Amino acid sequence: MKQFNKLYFQLALLAAVFILLAILINNLTINLSRAGLEFSFSWLYRPASFALAEHPLPYSPSDSYAWALFMGWLNSLKVIIVSLFLATCIGVFMGLARTSNNTILNFTSAIYITIIRQTPLLLQLMFWYFVAFLGLRDNTFTPLKGILSISNQGIELLGLNLSSEFSALLFGLSVFAGAYIAEVVRGGILSVSTGQWEAFRSLGLPESSGLYKIIIPQALPAIIPGLTSQYLNLAKNSTLAIAVGYSDIYAVNDTVINQTGRAVESFIILLVSFLILNLIITNGMEIINRMTLNTNKYQ
Amino acid sequence: MNWDLLVYITEKFYEDLVTDSFKNMRRLLLGIVGLTMLIGGCAKTSQENISRLDVLRNRNELICGVSGKIPGFSFLGSDGSYRGLDVDICKAFAAAFLGDSTKVQYRPLTAAERFTAIKTGEIDLLSRNTTFTLSRDSSGGNGLTFAPVVFHDGQGLMVKRESQITNIEGLANKSICVGSGTTTEQNINDEFEALSLPYTPIKYQDLNQVVAGYLQGRCSAMTSDRSQLAAARSGFANPQDHIILDDVLSKEPLAPASDGRDHKLADAMRWVIYALISAEEQEITKSNINEKVQIARDNPQLKPLRRFLGIEGDLGEKIGLSNNFVVNVIKSTGNYGEIYNRHLGLSSEVPIPRGLNELHINGGAHISPPFN
Repeated sequence: MKQFNKLYFQLALLAAVFILLAILINNLTINLSRAGLEFSFSWLYRPASFALAEHPLPYSPSDSYAWALFMGWLNSLKVIIVSLFLATCIGVFMGLARTSNNTILNFTSAIYITIIRQTPLLLQLMFWYFVAFLGLRDNTFTPLKGILSISNQGIELLGLNLSSEFSALLFGLSVFAGAYIAEVVRGGILSVSTGQWEAFRSLGLPESSGLYKIIIPQALPAIIPGLTSQYLNLAKNSTLAIAVGYSDIYAVNDTVINQTGRAVESFIILLVSFLILNLIITNGMEIINRMTLNTNKYQ
Repeated sequence: MNWDLLVYITEKFYEDLVTDSFKNMRRLLLGIVGLTMLIGGCAKTSQENISRLDVLRNRNELICGVSGKIPGFSFLGSDGSYRGLDVDICKAFAAAFLGDSTKVQYRPLTAAERFTAIKTGEIDLLSRNTTFTLSRDSSGGNGLTFAPVVFHDGQGLMVKRESQITNIEGLANKSICVGSGTTTEQNINDEFEALSLPYTPIKYQDLNQVVAGYLQGRCSAMTSDRSQLAAARSGFANPQDHIILDDVLSKEPLAPASDGRDHKLADAMRWVIYALISAEEQEITKSNINEKVQIARDNPQLKPLRRFLGIEGDLGEKIGLSNNFVVNVIKSTGNYGEIYNRHLGLSSEVPIPRGLNELHINGGAHISPPFN
């Protein structure tokens, strides 16, 4: 009897949730059609008639809105992937520096983390773009002749041209996320008991190989969940691209909404595209997480 | 919406969830039904066929969407109040609808927010450098309706004098700073495509960023409506170092807008703008309005003037306003020419020659249909 009640209860709960959802969606469609905005996605195939400064695949203003939005999504993806990589490098280095016994490294890292974490990201992006890059004016800064040159038009690295918008967003996001990742890394390393440090030192292992072979493998299970949320934050923060003139999906969406008046549909597209992106990141990290747990088990 | 009831029902709902017994099932179901009804009720409350004109009268305040960032049109003055041509149009509406030009609440909106703000009812009407176009005016497009044009503008390009660029062909393969989500973006694209010139658009969300990008040298030129270029240039350190090219890329008739389904409000707005223009045609100003009213009262043979000022006939009532709405408007803002000279005249901070914005009798484009 008790089993039966439980089932009954769960079914009722499920029905309630469905009814709630149905009512909300029904509300939306009724009110939209009252406002003369019937739900439709057919406008996606009409020509976009706006240009994009950056597009990874061929694009012209006579292509469809759908293709323009896809270009925006690819632009987002591009900046997110490169920032993930750069932020991880910065974060791991700064996190290790923060736990090291070297006073200068430790101090530098502490200052970096403090400054970055206490100021808003939007402000930092504005700083990177309007002060660091555009502030160069007409001067071209060439630290390595023929390999790297930096000007207000962007970065040129071995024939690879990165626009100043992309570069500002890339550095802004990476430096910002790097500070948080550094703290996650530090937390993970501190979670390994001091006995482990003493153990490898007593075995005569040098500090560096002890760190990579003994400490970090044990710290990883504590680092990865925190790292995943930082990656997700980074992906979502990339929408601040609009502040520095980079054509990411949010910026393209902004233009599309203004030209078509299809705000609800456009936001649904935006939501779904970020959902897909973040699900990829979460699942990828979950796989890495399982791999680290398994290696530990068999050690 | 009864919040206390909703909170009570939600609490009951969760209480029942926890106890998990057969007896409580009925209460649980009741709770679900109650919640459903409440949420269903939300759908119906907000949408009735009431004109915003009545809504804003009940509120005794007009909520006017403005830009808030364009000197001469709508800009926050040093005393913390909004000032400019668009702002005075809001005041004229408030004077006509409520009899008091101070009862306005200004909402600064970005280009992307402005249409949603009208459709959701966050604002009553928009007076914010909005270009009157077919797709915005149509029920199949943005579903708005436009009042008569208050400023005839055109899109232009501004370049640095030292760049030696003198026409649009000089901008081939250069980058151009442009505000996103505006007709500006589409016009510049149409123009360069028609001329088969390649260019790179650098898009920013608002005009301040466009200006910063241009001044910092990211782009060779910035594009916007010529009025906005002039307004922006007035704030530069060396305004004479920047020139606005002679090429005009588009017609940009700027007009106030409101919800396309609300004909009552649209009619009222239309005739308030015409009243401003008509008053200039008849040389009725803020300073001589009382005199004109007296003349109209004393001379029954001056029919058009008497109808215009609401001494005879019921023109105001026909559009849902008081018969003397013109008097209220002119008393608070003056006629169209006075508004223009106050904010954009040659002695103002943002001087823009009147050009197309003259009355038709002086070679411009402003004309009012008769008040009959």
